[in-house]
Amino acid sequence: MSFGFPELAAIRLGFGLSPLMPPPADVEAVLAGAANAGPGPEAVTTDTAREIATRFRLGLQALREDRPEPPEAQEAGRLLGTLPLEDLRRRVIRALDDPIGFGERLVQFWSDHFTVRAINKVNNALAMAFVDEAIRPHVNGRFEDMFLAADTHPMMLVYLDQTSSRGPNSPFARRRPQRHLGLNENLAREALELHSLGVGAGYDQKDVRELAELLTGLSFSHQEGFAFKRAWAEPGAETVLGQAYGGGRRGGLDDIRAAFRDIARRPETARHLSRKLAVHFVSDDPSEDLVGSMAAIWRDSGGDLPQVYRVMASHPDLASGLRQKVRQPFDFCVAGLRALGIRGERIARLELPEFRRAAWGPVEAMGQPWGRPKGPDGWPEGADAWIAPQTLAARINWSLRIPRLLLDELPDPRGMLVSAFGSTQSAELAWAVPKAESAAEGVALILASGDFNRR
Amino acid sequence: MPKLDRRLFLKGAALIGCSAAAHPLMNSMTFAALPGENRLVVIILRGAMDGLDAIQPYGDPMLGKLRRSLSVGPEGGALDLDGFYALHPRLELLLPLWQRGELAFAHAVSTPYRDKRSHFDGQDLLEAGTGNDLPVDWRVGGWLNRLLQATPGAAAETAYAVGVEQMRILAGKAAHLSWAPRASLKLSPQAQMLLEHVYHDDPLFRAAAQDAVQISGETTDIGRNPGPTADAEALAAFAASRLNAESRIAAFSIPGWDSHANQHAVLGRGLDRLAAAILKLREGLGPNWGRTAVLAMTEFGRTVRENGSGGTDHGTGGALLMAGGAIRGGRAFGDWPGLGEGQLYAGRDLMPVRDIRAYAAWAMHGLFGIGQDRLERTIFPGLDLGGDPAMLA
Repeated sequence: MSFGFPELAAIRLGFGLSPLMPPPADVEAVLAGAANAGPGPEAVTTDTAREIATRFRLGLQALREDRPEPPEAQEAGRLLGTLPLEDLRRRVIRALDDPIGFGERLVQFWSDHFTVRAINKVNNALAMAFVDEAIRPHVNGRFEDMFLAADTHPMMLVYLDQTSSRGPNSPFARRRPQRHLGLNENLAREALELHSLGVGAGYDQKDVRELAELLTGLSFSHQEGFAFKRAWAEPGAETVLGQAYGGGRRGGLDDIRAAFRDIARRPETARHLSRKLAVHFVSDDPSEDLVGSMAAIWRDSGGDLPQVYRVMASHPDLASGLRQKVRQPFDFCVAGLRALGIRGERIARLELPEFRRAAWGPVEAMGQPWGRPKGPDGWPEGADAWIAPQTLAARINWSLRIPRLLLDELPDPRGMLVSAFGSTQSAELAWAVPKAESAAEGVALILASGDFNRR
Repeated sequence: MPKLDRRLFLKGAALIGCSAAAHPLMNSMTFAALPGENRLVVIILRGAMDGLDAIQPYGDPMLGKLRRSLSVGPEGGALDLDGFYALHPRLELLLPLWQRGELAFAHAVSTPYRDKRSHFDGQDLLEAGTGNDLPVDWRVGGWLNRLLQATPGAAAETAYAVGVEQMRILAGKAAHLSWAPRASLKLSPQAQMLLEHVYHDDPLFRAAAQDAVQISGETTDIGRNPGPTADAEALAAFAASRLNAESRIAAFSIPGWDSHANQHAVLGRGLDRLAAAILKLREGLGPNWGRTAVLAMTEFGRTVRENGSGGTDHGTGGALLMAGGAIRGGRAFGDWPGLGEGQLYAGRDLMPVRDIRAYAAWAMHGLFGIGQDRLERTIFPGLDLGGDPAMLA
């Protein structure tokens, strides 16, 4: 069976078909969608995050000194507590209202590629700023720019402990011998292993260590903001993958920028990230032809992402791989709301407890607690990582309960079958849906079906 | 409960006149003979627990030279175990188990994973149970799954992966169950039947739905308690409830051990969870605790030297914690490699003296009677089992 490109693109590269919006007409429309993913008017900045965190900390200090917490500190604490929910709400709304969806899918992909997590509540706003400042501006640009922006962003510096790394021979460390200050390898290791080359590439512990030395000097605190502190930096040149950086008079961020650019343009990076994109969008086990074609254009273009996306969106595997991927919980919930014809403004109007029931709690029960991945490798890709008895139960429960929570009147399941699947509708579902005992169960069958949970 | 579900399902199927035999729930449930009364629980500690801080070899004079604020031994509040090792203060609740002979450990153990020190590859290898001669690839499946394949009479109910996340240690050909303490699924008979129909040709969804219906009918929702150890306790309580029924093997994980900075706080929280989980297993298992071995394993240890941020970085040799009434506890197993010049691995890590898989293998030998040949060739391909550490009571 062959499917038209528009349906295929909406299902595989976006958040599925909508009764309200037409699917993208062609590859150009899909690629144009990627340009919609820039920071919106609601974007959070590092400066805002610092301001909220600083106010919150005043309260902590007051409590330590046995003084009453100032009202503005209490307010900042409440705000920080609800920000992760509001972050999810904003992401759901943008994804729902994006006519194409590809741009928001890319935001999800790249935010996961560069996983950060606010371990402490004080950084909840900073984690939002990370996506608005380091990911959104670059999803439709060059990889090397995103790589640098992400791995030098304050949230990443905090998450991967770069803020506590000091050159062992830096002026700062040498003046304080009693503190035994030294390197922290965490960011350098993940920059190579996860963010660029991939663990199979030919780098070793020495490359990790020298890159860690090169990264010393990157600093962030809520009080002082972001800075490159020369006094923290390890003096001398560092050799990463055979290339020497620094050591001259230049130093600082320019050397880091040069190293990130070189690493971003390595063929191992082209290959690792082309494959990762293909695995996310096309198949858990993508063909060599697809990965090789994407990696080739990546190398030739110096990592110009729109050109890489174009190869993926134009490749025949996009059609042949239909339903090979399981929608991750966030994508599933957005696709479900979209298929129900729910708009962003409905989600915006939900009271917090309702939003908790409709999205925050369900994505957690489905195995993807928002903003809380287990480690810097982010969410898994394999279908079997997402469909287990306990997580499928959560998807079925969502399908049964949430449409009724959000809609006064449910769509006619027979009509929804057409609007949600178009020509990709399967015979099994067409047989089963009309036999449901109620509209609610008919809608639930559609949303809980394997067809809908796959893309 | 499962019987009732099937009857209702049959009725639903009959009502709309479709072929009952075509539906998988009809022939799915097999209650095979149990593989004995012994029980094995594997807890994966994700993120690399610092074994040198959890169980502090304070009797080695080098420890204090390489670490300033961490692993200070009894002077820092750790609880002396035998004059050489001391238990981290945040494991204090487990001290009575040590005294009763229900807690033990093996220090300086590791998987065959070396040098790249990636959490993710390290965990994959730990759960796959393979050596470096095979690619790190999830398709190999997990070693607990290969244990099931080698256990006569093992059924799906025999083993449980507990929690929302996937446990690769149980992945593979042999059927097993997985469920989260707070999951539930209640369907009308008609909805259940129709869902079975739409999942029929999709084995992944079909099997998951089938298990979900069955398990939800058999288990009660474990309520949500507040507190930082509640999730770990819920996992342990659920595991215990299944192990008291027909399961004999359970696996779950406790994340959060990656203490690059501020290790006091990070490791303390992890140890609180681990201690709470072990105590909850003990409480939940009741008399069955006496026939249970718990192995708490991590992907690798951490650097011997403290780093510049009050933490430690990825290392090699680590510690294996063992608990349960089936453990011959109150003692340290294995040799101590020392921390002196030339005794460290790559000049930075605790030198592994034994493959962590050997302890798991001897546990399976003792608990389930799995033969040496099968352990070395099938369950842990390429492992040299070595001598019996006699860790079971």
